[in-house]
Amino acid sequence: MLLEVERVSKSYPGLPVLHDVSLTAADGEIVCILGPSGCGKSTLLRIIAGLETADAGRVLFDGQDMATVPPHRRRFGLMFQDYALFPHKDVLGNVAFGLRMAGLPGAEIRRRVQEALTLVGLSGYERRRVTELSGGEQQRVALARSLAPRPRLLMLDEPLGALDRALREQLMNDLRGILKQVGVMALYVTHDQEEAFALGDRIVILRARPELGEGGRVEQVGAPQKVYRRPASSYVARFLGLHNLIEGQVIGPWSGGELALASAPARSGEDLAAPMPRADAFDPVLVQTSLGVLIAADLTRPHAAGERVIVLIRPEAAARCPAAAMPNVVQGRVKEVSFRGSYHLVRTEHAGGIVLTSEATVAPDQIWQIGETVCLRLNPAAITLLEVAESNWRSSEFDICGHSGYDEGRLRRSHKPCQTIHA
Amino acid sequence: MKQRATLSSLLFLFPLAFLAVFFFYPLVLVILRSFAAEGRFDLTPLLTIWAETYFRRALWFTVWQATASTALTLALGLPAAFVFARYRFPGKRLVQALTTIPFVLPAMVVSAAFMALLGPRGWLNELLMALFGLPRSPIRLQQTIWLILIAHAFYNTSVVVRLVGGFWAHLDRKLTDAARVLGGSRWRVFFEITLPLLLPAIIAAGLLVFLFCFTSFGVILILGGPQFATLEVEIYRQAVTLFRLSDAAVLSLVQMGLTFVIMAVYSRAQTRAAVPLNVRSAEETALPAITWPGKAFVGLTVGGLLLFLAVPLFSLALKSLALPDPLRFYRELFMNRSSSIFYIPPGLAIRNSLLFATLATGLSLVLGTLTATALARSRGALGRWLDPIVLLPLGASAVTLGFGYILAFGRPPLDLRASPVLVPFAHTLVAFPFVVRTLLPALRGLNPRWSEAATILGAAPWRAWREIDLPIIGRALLVAAVFAFTVSMGEFGATLLIARPEFPTMPVAIFRLLSQPGALNYGQALAMSTLLMLVCAAGFFLIERFRVGEIGEF
Repeated sequence: MLLEVERVSKSYPGLPVLHDVSLTAADGEIVCILGPSGCGKSTLLRIIAGLETADAGRVLFDGQDMATVPPHRRRFGLMFQDYALFPHKDVLGNVAFGLRMAGLPGAEIRRRVQEALTLVGLSGYERRRVTELSGGEQQRVALARSLAPRPRLLMLDEPLGALDRALREQLMNDLRGILKQVGVMALYVTHDQEEAFALGDRIVILRARPELGEGGRVEQVGAPQKVYRRPASSYVARFLGLHNLIEGQVIGPWSGGELALASAPARSGEDLAAPMPRADAFDPVLVQTSLGVLIAADLTRPHAAGERVIVLIRPEAAARCPAAAMPNVVQGRVKEVSFRGSYHLVRTEHAGGIVLTSEATVAPDQIWQIGETVCLRLNPAAITLLEVAESNWRSSEFDICGHSGYDEGRLRRSHKPCQTIHA
Repeated sequence: MKQRATLSSLLFLFPLAFLAVFFFYPLVLVILRSFAAEGRFDLTPLLTIWAETYFRRALWFTVWQATASTALTLALGLPAAFVFARYRFPGKRLVQALTTIPFVLPAMVVSAAFMALLGPRGWLNELLMALFGLPRSPIRLQQTIWLILIAHAFYNTSVVVRLVGGFWAHLDRKLTDAARVLGGSRWRVFFEITLPLLLPAIIAAGLLVFLFCFTSFGVILILGGPQFATLEVEIYRQAVTLFRLSDAAVLSLVQMGLTFVIMAVYSRAQTRAAVPLNVRSAEETALPAITWPGKAFVGLTVGGLLLFLAVPLFSLALKSLALPDPLRFYRELFMNRSSSIFYIPPGLAIRNSLLFATLATGLSLVLGTLTATALARSRGALGRWLDPIVLLPLGASAVTLGFGYILAFGRPPLDLRASPVLVPFAHTLVAFPFVVRTLLPALRGLNPRWSEAATILGAAPWRAWREIDLPIIGRALLVAAVFAFTVSMGEFGATLLIARPEFPTMPVAIFRLLSQPGALNYGQALAMSTLLMLVCAAGFFLIERFRVGEIGEF
């Protein structure tokens, strides 16, 4: 079985929602649709469910065009963000609803309800009123209700969005377990990259550009690890919480002559001479940036000299080192330090006002003091080059020092005074 | 989607047509009658009326009694609102529900109840006379302004408790906590934080009470006697007793104008009362009284309120029982003691009332459901335009409406004088806004996701409606039906003007019995009032049991 969404577009009067969106999902696969609010993710689910009609494009399931199939005959499941549990029915009544609509006999309904409730860990809750349940329990009832009729495709619209953080962590894990156990094909919509990473077999990143009058379109598709490691654009990088993005120009291939210098042992004693394992064997290049000359070793394609690129320095790239004048060693002043348990989140300001956010391993002999001048060595294997998207420069400002971490503001332009690179 | 929208606006045409014929047409005739009695436009009647002493007296009396009643009601209602909003005590829900009973009681019942308690032959006087061997009744409130004010306060205290108390209960306690921490004394905080936040709600409640007292009719007619006449009573007197239709029309016009002004001010105040505050659930903000003064205050307020509301009703029920033979007055209701063949036993009024109420309930439910559905679905201009129109009948006074019916349906093209259908139609009109207001929140509260979820789970559209929408709004429908029924059972003003003599309703029969001398008539009036009270109280308990939101959200 296969779900194929082909070039779907949708707009409401004066509001473009989806622009030429295509995606596929295979049997048993969990596909996460990731994007900020307003990028049309929920509308996409509603179109697939048949609750809305697309202006253009097709939805095919198992090769059959769904256009003529009304929503109640599609045998899909949709879990709403607010769960939409029927307030006048108890847990049993909610979970049994789809089974009753399918015309199953009473005994079978009871058995299947039992099965679904056990699956979500709520057996014994049959007679409880749904309005008396906690948020997490409601979420589980909604899941059981969607799963009980054994839908051919289960769609989940931000199912964890309404829950608090601790509960989300737990349910995130449970959810993947349950979905995999049932083996249902699932489309999972979220704006939270952590959820997408934890749940998805594949991630589809949507991006809307309302300022250009454009609804959501697919920005990148791929396995979670791949998307994180190789964001297709600076937009994706920033959306995933990667904010160290600097404009640069390729100088040429790196001869390897300065390797000894570049990877001199760090103060903490770790040996970076053996860089992170590389998936692709493209030769590292030297890039001229405002930070100085950097070696980028994590490349997706060969780069020619003179090419303009965006340099992405991953937060795990930096480690403290003694001052030295060589590629990949940069000097800066510590602006902010916050302790995050297994690492320090450090923001350092460098030449030209560039701010880098780093996740520095917590080591007993390393104390970060605000205002202190430090030297950082950036691991070439944690530096990758992104394409310069035309629109980034056209939209006139390119925020390279937005908030780091997972706060809500990450998608907006930073209000802190920060460096912007103009085209 | 588009088709559904067109269909729903088409369905709305039925209620609109009904409103046009049975509301706007009579009112337009009233207006025409006062402007152009002789077929040409003439402002003279409207100007000369100001020279009439009776008119100025009625207008002045209407305004000042409504003001005094509102002040008294607020004085009684605000402490109770505070107690209900901020304290938790055993039996609170029940007490809160009981305080709403007067809201559904007909004016005739309330008037009879106060006569049974404070009238010359009332309980209190009989008790005092027996105790002190007095030859005459010591309390002479009957036919004074005091009895009117007390009855109005009895009626409307629950409005203040519900509106202000409800708003107060949802005020975040943290606001006053914050002010206290910032150094404000208890009283400073009350005057600088709580009162300004409550003021819109108090003003809205005050205006609503003022509007109710402004259009008060039955209470004044029975308890006030001939020397007190509000505009409403004056319209009735001019139209029915003196048969001066043109004067009645001019009075009605003035009355209409004033009530619509009050309505407009009220709805503005009410919008302001709906400031987007950080709303807390009522349970969260109420705490049990801990200190002794606190406990005493709660106890006295709640006890006093219950006593004030319960004693008149109990005296009514007790007084309706004759001494040697308790049920005598009840039996008399069904007997024809007069030798006249035109005599209608008062008991027949019970049958009439039940019949009319059933018809009015059915009709207002159909019209109200259509209207509420259209309103719930329509967004934007249509809704903004329709909503006030639906509410208009609330603002029109009952007597004006009845007078309009006399003008409109007493002659061709719609000569319905001989037909009793006018009464249920008038009742439908009075109940209609209540029905719409009860159904609308339920319909708006229907989460569209519910039926979508049902659809995705395999329910065809009609099945989703039957399984999801209908059961959920079912309770609201029931509440609306009971509301319409009680409103119709108790309607007095319009009915008095349009009911055929041979088809009296219960309130009309009570009025007739009370206006006739003799202990037997008096006893029968109390018996009939008790029956009506029981019907309305039963309706009220059904409403309380099944209502979804707050009643009194108007």
